[in-house]
This record gives sequence, structure tokens and C-alpha cells, in this order.
Amino acid sequence: MGVRRRIGGFVLKVNPILCDGFGHCVELAPDLVRLDEWGYPIISPTPVPLSNLAALESARYAVRGCPRQALAIERVADVQP
Amino acid sequence: MIDATSLPRVLAAASGRPLSLAEHDDVFGLARPVPAFLEELEASGLTGRGGAAFPTFRKAKLLRDQRGHSKFVVVNAMEGEPAAHKDRTLLAANPHLVLDGAEYLAAAIGAKHIVVAVSRDNPATVNHLSHAIHERERRTLRGAKFELHTPPWRYVAGEESALVHWLDDNESLPQYRPRRPHILRIGHAPVLLDNAETCAHVGLVARYGGQWFRSIGTPTSPGSTLVSVSGAVTRPTVMEVALGTPLRTVLAAAGADTDPQAVLLGGYGGAWLDGRNIDVPYANESLGPLDATVGAGIIIVLPRGACGLAETTRIARWMANESARQCGPCAFGLPAIADDLQRLTLDARDATAAHDRLLERCGVVEGRGACRHPDGVVRLVRSALRVFADHVEEHASGVPCAAARSTRHFAAVPALEREEELVWE
Repeated sequence: MGVRRRIGGFVLKVNPILCDGFGHCVELAPDLVRLDEWGYPIISPTPVPLSNLAALESARYAVRGCPRQALAIERVADVQP
Repeated sequence: MIDATSLPRVLAAASGRPLSLAEHDDVFGLARPVPAFLEELEASGLTGRGGAAFPTFRKAKLLRDQRGHSKFVVVNAMEGEPAAHKDRTLLAANPHLVLDGAEYLAAAIGAKHIVVAVSRDNPATVNHLSHAIHERERRTLRGAKFELHTPPWRYVAGEESALVHWLDDNESLPQYRPRRPHILRIGHAPVLLDNAETCAHVGLVARYGGQWFRSIGTPTSPGSTLVSVSGAVTRPTVMEVALGTPLRTVLAAAGADTDPQAVLLGGYGGAWLDGRNIDVPYANESLGPLDATVGAGIIIVLPRGACGLAETTRIARWMANESARQCGPCAFGLPAIADDLQRLTLDARDATAAHDRLLERCGVVEGRGACRHPDGVVRLVRSALRVFADHVEEHASGVPCAAARSTRHFAAVPALEREEELVWE
């Protein structure tokens, strides 16, 4: 991954219609996701800098690990470091 | 020609029956295209009358700039709000004005199909529309072809993505739209969807121009709007008022209680307004600081002595039942919120805990549905806790509230249907 691609940030987004509350995301990306009292993910809408490689990697695990394929990583141009 | 400063406009010449096409032409003048119709629409400052108040011009321009030789204009006359009667009143008076507006929009964006969507549970309006469309077929003026469609009535079925999804041969369920603005589509064809009342105003702007439209209303909220007034009122009324009219004046004209405890504005996903603010101008820029909006023009008057918490509980319970149950936070969160409200209202021992739980659950649920249905309930509940704060304390301290157990209700709420009885197709 080149340096240029690390400019900006990402948010993890859930499609709430697809999500059935399996809860794999909170295991795979505990720093990004917490669960509400019914077991559905609450994800912070604040973008995470792409330079935070650990967070990016856990987000990718969560996306791949979701049994309903309800998660996506969305890139955002501006991010507060 | 309708005089620029007189009201009513879209309800002009309203009698007990819909105007025929010939009568319509006499009242409003022949519908001929204003040169540069979209410029007039932009100058008018017209915003959508379905609730979101999005500028009608910007939406039309977005759709005009879409590629595709097959586009749709959808007229949304679903009227999902139980307290709203404006679209059926308008279509029972001037159906051709609504259809004119849709034709202008279709011509402006290059649409070949115009779909008018009205709930099949509203047969009188279906009849008015099918008759009006038939009248126009005998006198084909412009290109686009009208179709009448009748989805089932549900609160969220009139939500734009749910309606377009139904028209696309599916169930009337809201869809996930991760990016905005989102272009709605039937098949691959882009869709311009506007509320029926919005189309009627478009029909007037196309004839008389943007400056004419702006000659009443406020600079930020120009024009007139239809309001459905119910609750503590001699009889429920639909009226056309200039935006910016003091709310007390609107209530007086509707024959309603002009010194109420509170009014519910916007709809069942709207907000309570304290009776002390009843002189506020009825327009979004003045209601906004009070956390209320014009919304779909619903005004429910709550008299002194009634229990706003009990009313809110009944509305929230029904809104929870009207969830499409697609998104977890809405399917589970709204019933939990309705339960909390009920405990707060009826059980003094649990009231304080229920109050705290409510505020927390409102924060958890907000913004986590595919559509704005849960956000509307959250807004309603938060406004109730704010406006009826003193009464919340009375309930919490065990002061008996006879009104909470009264069978006299002010907000009309349909009977709850069991989940398996809900029709979405």
C-alpha cells in the first residue's frame, strides 16, 4: 500500500436491513463496533484515519466475517488525525 | 387566473365534487407551458409539501440531468399519516391541478410515464383520479402517459423508497440508501417523486410564474400550504394557509381551541409544541428553533387538562407496530420505547427509571434505520418529554392523572393490527 492511499479516512457502515444481529463484527472489530441491548451493532460515524492500520485491518475482518454481508468500508476524503 | 395574494390557491373553487377538465381550465386558465418552466420553479422557492420540505426545483434538476430515455414522475398521494387529509381533500377538489403539475415536471425532466400512487384503502380518491386521468386521455395535450397505481396503505408505504420499491413489483418496504442524494429507480429508469400537493403548486407556478407564487408566505418559506387540523376542534378541517401565518390565527380559522396546552406539528414523526409558543409564525424557519417543523401540515390540538404523555404513548405504540421490521433498532427499539412511555405514564413506581431508559433508548435508536421512521418516533418522544416535563414529574411523583386513563383521545390512531395481518404487497 502506497503512502498516498493512507490520506483520508474510513467509516464502517452497516446496511441495517441486511443485518440480523449475528454479532460477529463486535468480535472482529471491538474498537469500532459495540452492540445495543438487542444485539445490533452501533458503529461510530466518526471517520477513522486510514493511517490507523490496526483499525483498518479489523474493519476488513468484520466486513469479511459478516454472515449477512451487511458491512462495508466507505472512504472519506477529510479526516481529523 | 387566481389572484396572487388571495387564498385559497390549490383549493380554489373547491366544491363538493372534483372539477371537470373544462371547469378546471375556466378557473385556472389553460395549461400552457411557461417559457423556461424550471427557471420559474427555481424562482418560486417551492419546497416539497410531503414533509421533508426539500426544494422542488433542485430535485427536478437532479432528475433532468440523469441519463435515460425512460424516466418516471411519481405523484405521491399515499397520505400515510393518519391525521392527514390534505391530499384526499385536494384530489377531491382539483385533481387536474395535481395532474397538470406532474405533466409539467415530466416535460421538464423528459419523463414518458407519470404514475399517480394512491392507497387502495382510499377508494373515493382512487375514483376521482381514475376519472380525471380518463378525461385527460380523451384530450391528449402532451407526451407523458398517466398510470394509476394503488399500493396498500401502511405508514411507511408512502415513504419514497418504499413506494418506488412497490411500483417496481415488490413489497412496499423502505430501502437502504447509503449515499445521498439517492436516485430512485423503477427498473433502470430514474424516478422523480413529488407529493400530490407539491404537484398542485407546480401546476400554479407553471401558469403564473415564480414571483406570483412568492407574493404570499415568507421569503424563506414562500407560498401557501395545506394543513389538516384535528384534535380539540369543532370538526377536523383541511385549510390552505399562507406560510408564516401565526399558528394561533390558523387555529382560530379552523375553529380550534386557540389557547391549547400543546399542538402536535408535522405528523406522528413530528414534534409537540408548547401552547405558550402558539403565536409562532407557521413556517420552518420560525418553528425550527422550537424543534418543530411544518412537516406534512398536520396540526393536532391538545386542550388543557388532556394528558400529552398518554397521547404520545398511543401514537408511539401504533408507530412501533407500523415498523416494517426490517431493521433491528426499529423493530426492537420502537416497541421498547413505547413500553417505557407506557410505564412512565401509568406506573409511578417505575416512572423515573422509565424516563431515564427512554432518553437512553432514544439516543440508541436514532439514525439507525434504513428510513427515518425510527427517527420520527424519537423526535416525537423527545418533544413530549420536553414539552410535558412538568407533567412527567407529576406522573413520577404519583399525582393521579385521570386524563391518562380517559377514553377521550385527541390524536386519531388506527386500531393496532397484528403483525401477520399487515399487508405489504
